Amino acid sequence: MEAKRIKLPLSEEAISQLRAGEAVLLTGTLLSGRDAAHQRLCQLLREGKPLPVELAGETIFYVGPSPTPPGRVIGSAGPTTSGRMDSYTPALLEVGLKGMIGKGQRSPEVIAAIRRHRAVYFAAMGGAGALMSRAIRRAEVICYPELGTEAIHRLEVVDFPAIVAIDASGADLYQSGRAAYCRTGVNH
Amino acid sequence: MREVTTEQIIRLVAELCQESNRILGPDIQRALEKALEREESPTGRACLAGLIENAAIARTEQLPICQDTGMAVIFVDYGQEVHVSGGDFTEAIHEGVRRGYREGFLRKSVVGDPFQRVNTGDNTPAILHTRIVPGDRLTITVAPKGFGSENMSRLVMLTPAQGLAAAKEFIVEAVSQAGANPCPPLVIGVGIGGTMEYAALLAKRALLREVGSVNPRSDLALLEEELLERINQLGIGPQGLGGRCTALAVHLETYPTHIAGLPVAVNISCHVTRHRSGIL
Repeated sequence: MEAKRIKLPLSEEAISQLRAGEAVLLTGTLLSGRDAAHQRLCQLLREGKPLPVELAGETIFYVGPSPTPPGRVIGSAGPTTSGRMDSYTPALLEVGLKGMIGKGQRSPEVIAAIRRHRAVYFAAMGGAGALMSRAIRRAEVICYPELGTEAIHRLEVVDFPAIVAIDASGADLYQSGRAAYCRTGVNH
Repeated sequence: MREVTTEQIIRLVAELCQESNRILGPDIQRALEKALEREESPTGRACLAGLIENAAIARTEQLPICQDTGMAVIFVDYGQEVHVSGGDFTEAIHEGVRRGYREGFLRKSVVGDPFQRVNTGDNTPAILHTRIVPGDRLTITVAPKGFGSENMSRLVMLTPAQGLAAAKEFIVEAVSQAGANPCPPLVIGVGIGGTMEYAALLAKRALLREVGSVNPRSDLALLEEELLERINQLGIGPQGLGGRCTALAVHLETYPTHIAGLPVAVNISCHVTRHRSGIL
């Protein structure tokens, strides 16, 4: 599959041209964040307090890397299951988050919020953390260091491989891809 | 009596934690290559090729195959002619996990209390299943289990009247519901019979079988084949992005049960299905 090269942070124009099913190579900076960090960010939003990190225009990679061995930038770093972030995601899109990288399908509420805010959800390869770590050139913890692997990192990536899973129009590869190959006659 | 020291146990467990997380089983490797030949979806093929490349990188660069290096599930077949010297056997298992995860730069994902959720910092406690067997050997298998797939596992207590038909529906439906989350292509462990907890243990043990092996009972081997075919018709495909290869294998194990019950457990495992054994 021919992959499209995309710069991070995502521009409105780049987002509008991405279509579900396309392979991409992402280059630029993104944030890491998973369950515990999402919970904290949303708690602050509910309380009307400022966030420790600016989310407008950013892309969050749902990852909890393995520890960094000596001489490396980061350990193994593949995506975690995105569905666990579903209850938090609409609030983050509301404050300007533009991209997400994870694995697995999203809820109808998240898909609606992606469409409403013209954002994009990328699928990275689950269980391929060694491969993905090669695309990460720099990693630093920017907040919540006490969360260990769940701390928010800023990651600099070069040609990070992903697939557009849900595009800004709400088209969802998890549904269409499965339907295209389903032979049971029942759409589960 | 043969003597085995706790230090030997600690060393072996530590080594198995690291190897199981870094080295893709040759059976899985072959199964992925076969799946790549058969997969019709271009995205699916790209994913399978990526997983094969990932395994090669993990092996040569000594990185974990997946960043979720799991909760360490440990099976010990404890020969009844073995005497463990030098301390507490169970503590030696935990110490092996502690050492393996620390020295191997493996992710510590265990929280000490399910509600307070504070990381224990050393990936202990492990989950330990010990079976006493004849002989003078200790066989230790370390099977780290990530929760992308563990979370998608299911158990049901069916009635005998519901029988095989309901069991098949439940198994296929569990995989269908799991969709992309458990990182397909999957290995599906199924345990049928026993009691509630024993069915789950059977399902977990089924994941230790070599991928490509069949149940020695021919009727169960046929059932495994039928379930695999039905699961691969769901269309979920590699990474859940659509395709023919949703599962690499279905491994089904049974055990006698009570006149009133039919427990069915489905333990879903990701494309890595890690496990590695050593003998002392």
